[in-house]
Amino acid sequence: MKPVSLRPSWMFAPAAPAAAVAANDPASGGRHGSAGAAGAAGDAVGSHYAGRDVDTSHQVILYLDGISVSFDGFKALNQLSLSIDVGELRCIIGPNGAGKTTMMDVITGKTRPDTGTAFFGQTFDLTRMSEAKIASSGIGRKFQKPTVFEHHTAFENLELAMRAPRSPWATLFARRQDSATADRIAATLERIRLGRDADRPAGLLSHGQKQWLEIGMLLMQEPRLLLLDEPVAGMTDDETERTAELFLSLAGEHSLVVVEHDMAFIAALGGKVTVLHEGAVLAEGPLADVQSDERVIEVYLGR
Amino acid sequence: MQPLLMRFLLLLGLSLCLLTARAEPLRATPVPPPAPLAAALASLLGDDPDARSQAVLDLALSPDVRARTVLQALREDGLFVFNTQALLLTGEQWVSAQSGQVVPVPADAAAPPEQVTVNNRLRGDVVKALALGDLRSPDVAVRRAAATELSSEPPIPFAARMALAAQAESDAETAQILRRAAAQALLASPDAGVRLQALATLAGSGEPSIAALIRPLTTSAEPDAAVREAARHALTDIQQRLFWGDLLDRLFTGLSLGSILLLAALGLAITYGVMGVINMAHGEFLMIGAYGAYAMQGLFQQHAPGLQAWYLAAALPVGFLAAALTGVVLERLVVRHLYGRPLETLLATWGLSLILIQAARALFGPQNVSVANPFWMSGSLILTPSLVLPWNRLLIIAFAVAVLALTWGLMQRTRLGLYVRAVTQNRPMAACVGVATQRIDTLAFALGAGIAGLGGVALSQISNVGPEMGQGYIVDSFMVVVLGGVGQLAGAVLAALGLGVATKLLEGWTGAVIAKILVLVFVIVFIQKRPQGLFAQRGRHADA
Amino acid sequence: MQTPDPVPAAGMAANAPPSTIGLPQVRSPMVALTLPFLLALFLVPALHLLTSPDSALHLSDFFLTLVGKILCYAVVAVAMDLIWGFGGILSLGHGLFFALGGYSFGMYLMRQIGRDGSYHADLPDFMVFLDWKELPWFWQGTDQFLWAVVLAVAVPAAVAAAFGFFAFRSRIRGVYFSIITQALVYAAMLLFFRNETGFGGNNGFTDFKRILGFSITSPVTRSVLFVLSGLLLLAALHLTFWLTRSRFGRVLAAVRDAETRVMFLGYRPEDYKLAAWVISAMLCGLAGALYVPQVGIINPGEMSPANSIEIAIWVAVGGRGTLIGPVLGAFVVNLAKTYCTSHFPDYWLFLLGALFVAVTLYLPEGLMGLRARLASRATPQQGGSRRASDTHRSRT
Repeated sequence: MKPVSLRPSWMFAPAAPAAAVAANDPASGGRHGSAGAAGAAGDAVGSHYAGRDVDTSHQVILYLDGISVSFDGFKALNQLSLSIDVGELRCIIGPNGAGKTTMMDVITGKTRPDTGTAFFGQTFDLTRMSEAKIASSGIGRKFQKPTVFEHHTAFENLELAMRAPRSPWATLFARRQDSATADRIAATLERIRLGRDADRPAGLLSHGQKQWLEIGMLLMQEPRLLLLDEPVAGMTDDETERTAELFLSLAGEHSLVVVEHDMAFIAALGGKVTVLHEGAVLAEGPLADVQSDERVIEVYLGR
Repeated sequence: MQPLLMRFLLLLGLSLCLLTARAEPLRATPVPPPAPLAAALASLLGDDPDARSQAVLDLALSPDVRARTVLQALREDGLFVFNTQALLLTGEQWVSAQSGQVVPVPADAAAPPEQVTVNNRLRGDVVKALALGDLRSPDVAVRRAAATELSSEPPIPFAARMALAAQAESDAETAQILRRAAAQALLASPDAGVRLQALATLAGSGEPSIAALIRPLTTSAEPDAAVREAARHALTDIQQRLFWGDLLDRLFTGLSLGSILLLAALGLAITYGVMGVINMAHGEFLMIGAYGAYAMQGLFQQHAPGLQAWYLAAALPVGFLAAALTGVVLERLVVRHLYGRPLETLLATWGLSLILIQAARALFGPQNVSVANPFWMSGSLILTPSLVLPWNRLLIIAFAVAVLALTWGLMQRTRLGLYVRAVTQNRPMAACVGVATQRIDTLAFALGAGIAGLGGVALSQISNVGPEMGQGYIVDSFMVVVLGGVGQLAGAVLAALGLGVATKLLEGWTGAVIAKILVLVFVIVFIQKRPQGLFAQRGRHADA
Repeated sequence: MQTPDPVPAAGMAANAPPSTIGLPQVRSPMVALTLPFLLALFLVPALHLLTSPDSALHLSDFFLTLVGKILCYAVVAVAMDLIWGFGGILSLGHGLFFALGGYSFGMYLMRQIGRDGSYHADLPDFMVFLDWKELPWFWQGTDQFLWAVVLAVAVPAAVAAAFGFFAFRSRIRGVYFSIITQALVYAAMLLFFRNETGFGGNNGFTDFKRILGFSITSPVTRSVLFVLSGLLLLAALHLTFWLTRSRFGRVLAAVRDAETRVMFLGYRPEDYKLAAWVISAMLCGLAGALYVPQVGIINPGEMSPANSIEIAIWVAVGGRGTLIGPVLGAFVVNLAKTYCTSHFPDYWLFLLGALFVAVTLYLPEGLMGLRARLASRATPQQGGSRRASDTHRSRT
């Protein structure tokens, strides 16, 4: 545990406190959203590339209500309700099998829930959109296992991730690079500390570097919401520390949902913590509160 | 028992009817009783073609033993006329056809015995007449040939004799042919009453050929309105029975195809489950098993002809081992080195299949070889006239069930099975808990190949054995695995039977090619709806 | 539920070719190769036409036809490389598109026979034989050269689009996709074997007389067809080069390497696969259309699964994911085939089978990879790219 060394950076984190307050009553904030969204959802499916259209007028970027998913009788998610505010940095913890990854699958369209509603902003009904559609409307996801294009260079990885028209036709005639995009990519490469590896095939990067490259790809997507599944797994302490700094600098501008097991890392991020257990929310609040919660200790920390 | 009883009653009814049908015209139009030999011979020597024809038929029905001799002589152009007397040439001597006594013919006679000409029409009658006699032969092959001969345009006067012969006939197929021939003869009768009565009996039949016989009677070709009406009724009856019979028949052929598919796919399901690679040479294991049966047949023929009927008992272990050993070699030499590269495994195993096929050609020749059914696998179980189940197919279904049971037992009750299932579900984890995954791979591959070898032995009993026989099975087996779900025996069973039955049902409807395409489309749609197969479990989807 | 990964045991990375070949070489080799290729392309027919048969420089009829045929095969190999080498999709049914192109153009050639067939009728011989009274609807307009060319591209494209649309949308991939393409080509072969289908059944189309009015057997016509085949190959190479160098190509290679990642970046992988698939089918169709007049026959045998899978081995032998590799492979394998089947026919299948095994086991990057390996032995710096590929070979 080295929270001390991290403290300076997270103290500058702009969004977390405000978000924590606003999210105190997730149900009311979200419900308005879903009522207004039902009609608009159809329109949203029309355009292929609709990143800027997320309607967050109620300050809620993600709203899940009553989501249930079962796999042959096993309830992976059981009436899960969750709401993330604009600019919030939320940590999700929970023992294995609590439903963390399934929740991400539902949000990104990989798994369709049996029941429940899932909205991105006021208008995007996530349960009815394809993965690609969800991604291009502004949700970026980092996988548990770092997934980058190993035969492409780091530069090209970022180039592919960059916000741009996504149709085959558009990419066929896309200009290789103009200086503005090259600059942007270079800036991102610097940010993820891969400036010197720009032209190396991603397959040759270290595990931690791949994690960062994937995060960089998410940034190039310019998503409104980032889902990060165990982003610091396999990183050195030093890399972990820098990752925390990076995330804190992203919060506010983006909303982040981080699934982690590393408590020191979560403490460093300092945002609100949600504990999942058996597919539902067990507890929610600042890390200290959650850690002292009897039920949480019993099911999770006790183990 | 029920269908057998029904069939018996039907038969009884038909024959009784036929008997009365024959008695009736006797009363109505006084057809002369079979003329004595003399009268028939006289007609034969005459010029009237109708009378000559009638004479041949009379000879056939005549109880006189010499009648048959005369007919045979006619067939061989060995009947002569000399001084208005019918003579046969026996050795060097002339014999009277009527009395059998030697007739002296002076060598310097002004007009030597002249051959009785037999034109094509008459020859046809003679052949049929002789066939009628052949129905009494003790040799089933002769009887069947005779029945087949009679079945095309059977002479009307033969109806009763054919019906009686059908009743006495022990061979089911021959009896069926005879019944049809008798019916055809009766339906051709000029007497409307006879036709009506025949229809009444035939309405109970379930044979497609009889329906074809009745159909012309429903049209205006039939002069009598009452007969037309009766024919229509009879036809509807038969068609209904035919429909169900046909459906059952298709279901059965479907099951039979399904059991073969199952034997082919079981092994593939195991290897695909364990290693995640499709072995394109899997069909060749079937081929190896089938050639195993062929080799055993030859070996028994040469060294133990007395045990010939039981060569299959040796073929099973030989087929299994030959395929399994080939499997071990392929796995060790090739497949093992391609793990994690499933697409390249497809290519490499395709190459292996080419080599195996060419090797079979070199060893056994490029032509198909014949593998005979032992006596206990030939013939059919006849449930109803339209539902005839060949014993070889029935036994293969039973065999598939046995192999399935053994495989299931192996998978569920043995340590090998436990390991195989463990590796199927989670290879790294299995390796972590000490399962020697590489050995399990080899064993599983050998087992899968061996099961296919058994399938090949079974296949040798119902289809041709040739170097390329396995090629057609890889796609079908793969479909079974896809439909069933990887590593799911129950799924594979259901998928194999389902595909088999569906294919056969569709074939009846649309023809084989369209059926094949429809099944393909179905599988594609199915994969879309249930990518994990019928039975595989859903689970949280692993990343990437 | 929307997450079918029908190949649970086979990771996506496994589909990737084993070297850093997602990105084609720089432009210079393409330009450098174009000129010598064009020279050779015109030299061959010139030697055929302008030298006397006795001359040492004379190239025979047989040679011209053989090379022309292989040029068409090479186009198919390039088309296959586009989807397999760059897109990670192994088709075992590409012979279908080739044959569809061939049949489309074959219809025109059949119509060109006119009344010179053995029945001296307006209809093609096989229709007379089947006692057909008029042309089936899909034969309408096939007496027009241009329409036949359009068909030769459009029919394979339409079939590929229809099949690909459903297959890619269903997320059928890996081994599943390969086997289903084989089933597809097999079903098509059965269909074309039937007389009722209207393409000459077993015998297919043959006995062509002329093309655009010129005799199809004349040396000049043959030479023109030869040159056209070579030009088509050149065009296919340039097209593939351009495609794979564009961002489209990089997305396609990314789909091959990590399809899920591409999807969560907001691309629709199925669109990219479908586009590459259809382009590949169209190239095959054109190749088939040029192939048929040169060999003088097209029958359902072209759709046999064995023929289709052989295409894959051309690409594998040459080196997939490279541009020159498939061309090289098509020539090497087919020249070997021609030699072996005439000199020791009984051993050709053994050899072909062994080739399948040996290439996948020992030469996964093909001849081009071998060259690169030999080159890197000289300069051992190259070790890096080998390591990248090894990470991809992780067992599932």
